[in-house]
Amino acid sequence: MSERIMTCILCPNGCELHVAWNGEPNEQSIAVDGNLCPKGITYAIDELTHPMRTLTTSVRVRGGVQRLASVKTAAPVSRDAIEAFRDQLRPVVLDAPAAIGDVVLENVKDTGVDVVVTRAVARRCGKDSA
Amino acid sequence: MSEPVCSTVDVAVIGGGPAGLAAAAAAARAGANVLLIDRNPQLGGILNQCIHDGFGLHAFGEVLTGPEFADRYVRQAIGAGVRLRTRTLVTGLSADGELVCSRYGARETVRAKATVLAMGCRERTRGMIRIPGARPAGVYTAGTAQWLTNIGNVRIGRRIVILGSGDIGLIMARRLTWEGAEVAAVIEKLPYPSGLPRNINQCLLDYDIPLHLSHSVTCIQGRNRVQGVTVSRFDENGHADSGSEFELTCDTLLLSVGLIPENELSRHAGVALDRTTSGADVTDEYMTSVPGVFSCGNVLHIHDLADWAAEEGERAGVSAARYADGGVVRQLQDNASIVVRAGAGVRYVVPQRIQRGVEEVLLSLRVTAPRGPTTIRAVCGNTIVGELRLRKAHPATMEQMSVRTAEAAKDLEVICE
Repeated sequence: MSERIMTCILCPNGCELHVAWNGEPNEQSIAVDGNLCPKGITYAIDELTHPMRTLTTSVRVRGGVQRLASVKTAAPVSRDAIEAFRDQLRPVVLDAPAAIGDVVLENVKDTGVDVVVTRAVARRCGKDSA
Repeated sequence: MSEPVCSTVDVAVIGGGPAGLAAAAAAARAGANVLLIDRNPQLGGILNQCIHDGFGLHAFGEVLTGPEFADRYVRQAIGAGVRLRTRTLVTGLSADGELVCSRYGARETVRAKATVLAMGCRERTRGMIRIPGARPAGVYTAGTAQWLTNIGNVRIGRRIVILGSGDIGLIMARRLTWEGAEVAAVIEKLPYPSGLPRNINQCLLDYDIPLHLSHSVTCIQGRNRVQGVTVSRFDENGHADSGSEFELTCDTLLLSVGLIPENELSRHAGVALDRTTSGADVTDEYMTSVPGVFSCGNVLHIHDLADWAAEEGERAGVSAARYADGGVVRQLQDNASIVVRAGAGVRYVVPQRIQRGVEEVLLSLRVTAPRGPTTIRAVCGNTIVGELRLRKAHPATMEQMSVRTAEAAKDLEVICE
């Protein structure tokens, strides 16, 4: 029997989960206490086998009223893949205008997950893009 | 010089963050002619620099980033017919509802039947917590660092120490790590973190960033740029243990040491403030001591979730629209209202006054210290008028509870048991 205490990150409640499991953690082998909702169980299994996180960062924009557009992974991705996403995003420069939901990168590293814009950036008027 | 522009509206909302946007949209939906004023070119307030996710689960049932959350409320406000006045700074507010504004250096006045204060808050600075030592460059409040990183595209430093474990500091620890900086440590003077538990997990534990509880920065070194800080252990009485000091090398110190409601304008208008929240004293309809002036969001009391600030804004907006329409909005009169007091274990309660005979009122409150299983009770004399059972309570988490006041006679006290 293995045991661990962890904080669920899926909502602001931040439930303190007391997790116990036998062998490979799965729905049959795991016992979770302290969760206010069923998502706590899924979270605990994910956290023990392959922790999932959402990357939120920003990319540069050419010719916009803002220098940066904020972006996110459209779904949580493996925590181990976050660095690869960051590396792929580093050279990206968008051309204004950008709208919420615009796809910046598609299916990064075959994860099936896109990176999308989270803040609209309008085109800057009266100036050439720089 | 040209004559100042003057306009008349039912409801003027000052501040276009989550509370102000939601208040404006709600007031307009209730039929009021609404003007929303913000000093920035773009609406959304602080949400635009909060590019992390975790917003909206309560308000929209989905996880959104700050800018996406702001966009939803901007659309609501526009859809409801709110007139938007950006790049406009309100410099004066009088008790009779006259707003003096500055727009591109020109003066404008707005006459409003009702005004909603939604100016948000400011960060506590180095001067306010009196950290000894040199005065080099490289000391930032966490929110300023967040703006520079996420909006300004500026690299603020390479090796960072963060003082204070508020949520903005925790979020910035992860953000700066992702941007290639090294976060040496987060230092918290209290024996417990002041941010949400989930942020401790996903922002510090994920990146092996040490959290030193019961410690604080006692000296800043560096001539032109920060070169390091001295960290000392503090006992439960807030005294530094001599001999416990250690040095951390860094080029940047971030401060995440608290937020203060920004009530400069409210004072102009003569609004009475609560000494604990530093926000206005309000009724259950969010009206301040000045008739026709309402308050909501972080200018009223510091919220940990934008969702709650927006929801509070909606309630204030509806009240303001009713007031502007000549509807009966109850006033702060000692003889006609129940005074709400924070009792044992409770730091503050908002609203501070409730009209007698109101069926149901939502109270927002914080406890004074972390607790295990807790029952929070609202008591009027010998009658329990509301109860909230929690598995744990923490000062970092705002709690809300509903109370019935119909039978309540005089003071209402909220206590922890």
